[in-house]
Amino acid sequence: MSLDDTLGIRVNGEHRRVNGGITITEMLNELGLDPHRVAVERNLAVVERSKFTEMMVEDGDDYEIVHFVGGG
Amino acid sequence: MSVEQPIKADSWTVAGRTFSSRLIIGTGKYKSLEENAAALKASGAQIVTVAVRRVNISDPSQPMLTDFIDPKKVTYLPNTAGCFTADEAIRTLRLAREAGGWNLVKLEVLGEARTLYPDMRETLKACQVLVAEGFEPMVYCVDDPIAAKQLEEAGAVAIMPLGAPIGSGLGIQNRVTIRLIVEGAGVPVLVDAGVGTASDAAVAMELGCDGVLMNTAIAEAKDPVLMARAMKAAVEAGRLAYLAGRMQKRRYADPSSPLAGLI
Repeated sequence: MSLDDTLGIRVNGEHRRVNGGITITEMLNELGLDPHRVAVERNLAVVERSKFTEMMVEDGDDYEIVHFVGGG
Repeated sequence: MSVEQPIKADSWTVAGRTFSSRLIIGTGKYKSLEENAAALKASGAQIVTVAVRRVNISDPSQPMLTDFIDPKKVTYLPNTAGCFTADEAIRTLRLAREAGGWNLVKLEVLGEARTLYPDMRETLKACQVLVAEGFEPMVYCVDDPIAAKQLEEAGAVAIMPLGAPIGSGLGIQNRVTIRLIVEGAGVPVLVDAGVGTASDAAVAMELGCDGVLMNTAIAEAKDPVLMARAMKAAVEAGRLAYLAGRMQKRRYADPSSPLAGLI
């Protein structure tokens, strides 16, 4: 935790700072993403979508946020 | 079958889901999502393969595949293309299950970038883990009847041998092994990869496969929508020929007109 109450996290390999005390849903909204269209991995463990609204973002978290794209 | 009998509706079932189309198409390499959706419509396919990739957090407003191909109407089959280890493939499919909410997936673990040949040791390992976690994996594999058997024993819900290397368009290189896999399998067999044009798809179906999966053959055709239509017709024609049972091959000619009564 930094002095300004923001958290340092990684999202898809990029470092980001977000406000403290937010849930995963709030983080996704902040990133402009629709929680119903993505899947989230937090520190290598898949987060069930039903937990998005309750699970808090913690300092140092490493997220992978994925969705379906065209592929063979 | 007598001439009066209507042709029975033909369908196939994988992991309890029944489909009337035996063609599965990919959603990669198209010029646009619009073209992809038009090709899908022309192909009549009811299943599309999709990849799982990071969202673009710098531009989250980009058009999405789901805006053009409705996952409620078309079955999305998440694929692990691009994974080179069992662990990567398992991780990808765990996320895919969460993104889509279903267990039917396509497992593909590649051995090397040059040939994109499957790594069967890693594929088998991943298949076992996925089945234990409740997944229903359709599995891309080498055209090897023994490997196919081992995958089926490990719980694969469909066996998907390559016809030729991915994206090569070389057509089915070994009809004997594909036929042996079909004869030995208790689950659906679909040729996956290597189809280049309509006759290749027909050959796969004539060998008794339950279906064909292709991406590049349609996406890289000069007119992908027209090729999608051709593939639909080829898969249907090949299937009908298989059901009809082809004539025996002969080494020499056999006249079609009677020899008796010649003037």
